[in-house]
Amino acid sequence: MSPNLTLIVVSGVLVACGVALLLERTLTRVLVGVVLLGNGINVLFLVASGRPGRAPILSGGTTAETMSDPLPQAMVLTAIVITLGMVAFVLALAYRSWQIGGHDEVQDDVEDRRIVRRAELDETSASYDDDTTATSSEQGVSP
Amino acid sequence: MTEWARVLLPLPVVLPLFAAGLTLALARRPRAQRTISVTALSVVVAASVAVLVLTDRGRGTYSVDVGGWPARLGIPLVADRLSALMLVVSSVVTLAVLVYSLAQGVADGEEGTPVSIYHPTYLVLSAGVSNAFLSGDLFNLYVGFEILLAASYILLTLGGTAARVRAGTTYVVVSLLSSMVFLTAIALVYAATGTVNMAELSVRLRDVDPDVQLVLHLLLLVGFGIKAAVFPLSAWLPDSYPTAPAPVTAVFAGLLTKVGVYAIIRTETLLFPGGQASRLLLWVALATMVVGILGAVAQNDVKRLLSFTLVSHIGYMVFGVALGTAGGLSGAVFYVAHHITVQTTLFLVTGLIERCAGSTSLDALGSLAKRTPLLAVLFFVPAMNLAGIPPFSGFLGKLGLLQAGVDVGTWPAYVLVAGGVVTSLLTLYAIAKVWNRAFWQEPQTEPSGEVGGLATATRVGTRTPLGMVVPTAALVAVGVGITVVAGPLFGISDRAAQDLLDRTPYTSTVLHDRVPEVGS
Repeated sequence: MSPNLTLIVVSGVLVACGVALLLERTLTRVLVGVVLLGNGINVLFLVASGRPGRAPILSGGTTAETMSDPLPQAMVLTAIVITLGMVAFVLALAYRSWQIGGHDEVQDDVEDRRIVRRAELDETSASYDDDTTATSSEQGVSP
Repeated sequence: MTEWARVLLPLPVVLPLFAAGLTLALARRPRAQRTISVTALSVVVAASVAVLVLTDRGRGTYSVDVGGWPARLGIPLVADRLSALMLVVSSVVTLAVLVYSLAQGVADGEEGTPVSIYHPTYLVLSAGVSNAFLSGDLFNLYVGFEILLAASYILLTLGGTAARVRAGTTYVVVSLLSSMVFLTAIALVYAATGTVNMAELSVRLRDVDPDVQLVLHLLLLVGFGIKAAVFPLSAWLPDSYPTAPAPVTAVFAGLLTKVGVYAIIRTETLLFPGGQASRLLLWVALATMVVGILGAVAQNDVKRLLSFTLVSHIGYMVFGVALGTAGGLSGAVFYVAHHITVQTTLFLVTGLIERCAGSTSLDALGSLAKRTPLLAVLFFVPAMNLAGIPPFSGFLGKLGLLQAGVDVGTWPAYVLVAGGVVTSLLTLYAIAKVWNRAFWQEPQTEPSGEVGGLATATRVGTRTPLGMVVPTAALVAVGVGITVVAGPLFGISDRAAQDLLDRTPYTSTVLHDRVPEVGS
């Protein structure tokens, strides 16, 4: 089986753009990234299905040799539906985030910020200053 | 016997889905919703126990061709000893958490949250977990994952408060990414072999070029690794779990990561036995154990601390799987069963603590043992179980894994055994810290706004409803019960491990004893 180069390139570009957008902090861009990524992978399924052929319907003289593989198409359909549902959910999440905070940027975790601040102050543990065990094991995390 | 399997196997998937539809239709009648979901999940528990008895006493593996399509065309549901055991543990835990959450919901007056969707979502989650455990087809496994993930997104962001939306965003995006990786892996597996049926894959993958095998293997492991929260793919977990309501965190901690572990077990034993990536898994297991527990030691909040121990203990299971021997697999299977129960119990107890004291921050908690001795007992037993103190099942599971590691006898195995022991001790240290500070010492500081920010608004001082205590106590009892029945349970996990290593019981059952064609 020789794969279709155009489809591979299309899939690659879509996935690359999707990943780039996924790394953004704005949830709406992440959403677009998910859409692109999902479609890129769906195209990959078409590559996986091999040689293109006639519609996989047993009528009008289509034989098993001339039809394309129906199984990846069924899987792509399922994947499209699932991705659609997930995109709808992320959209709702972005809207809710905008409703609450006036923007849809992904926020830092409170605890993460606390740890970063601790590191900046060169402070080891807020509550276990006298305890060396906690101190040494905490330093073990950082490298 | 086979006729029974035909009825019983689809039940854990179909019944919760059906009940979910029904509860959605009855959205305005909370009492009817409660009755339906409790009944449905009780039936699922009964069915799972029946499946376990059937597989363990009977032929070992049963498969049902959904819709009557034979396995190669259609999608089979397969139950072997591993999936049957997972089903039983998960359904018991799901039912207990449901009862707990109902009592909490009733007591809290259910204000501010659209509880009418709680029941349908929870039931869909249960169906997704069962589907993932029973699926004999890689794509159906993906669908199972998506079902449970979609439900988990909703449960995690229930109510849509700022903290939950923030935590939910991380969780949703990371989960979406892992699903995409998994989907890519499925596309490539299909391109390489022309099938996604796991039994058939186990035969066909042998003829695939080793380098291609490695790529597929790694892609699957990365996808499942994110879901199972193995280091370095675990950073999302301690960030997102603690903000959810206590019962939701409990069921997530118990089940969702274990579905990932289950998928890793299947990948390692059925699809790529002795694959090149298995050695990598050993080091991943070590890093997961050690880094996870170091994170736990540094925490000041009980929920976050428990989330980190969850990550850490995933390492034990991966360790057993990576060893690839019968002993290692058996230990891993036993440990999964033990850990689902114990971790869920601990999160439920934390929910009770939050309810009693209004916070889960160790700085704000103190002298709980004097106020509520029962709570102290409920916490102490699963906590010691988690740390692996001798009479409990945690000890037996860890002992089995360490024994398996020593039996393998290579130097990486010894390093991992040492890592396991250290992790166990550090778990004891972290748990003892919670025990000391929350239950015995006076609170050191006044509850501060920042640290207590994780705690949702609960009514401090109100009586803890009996409906919350009873399921927690029941799960504590189940945890202790695992110790009592450890012998038979280890028997089942030994036989499950043997089946996993043999592979023929699985493949011949799914493919109905037809010899699969080699090559594509």
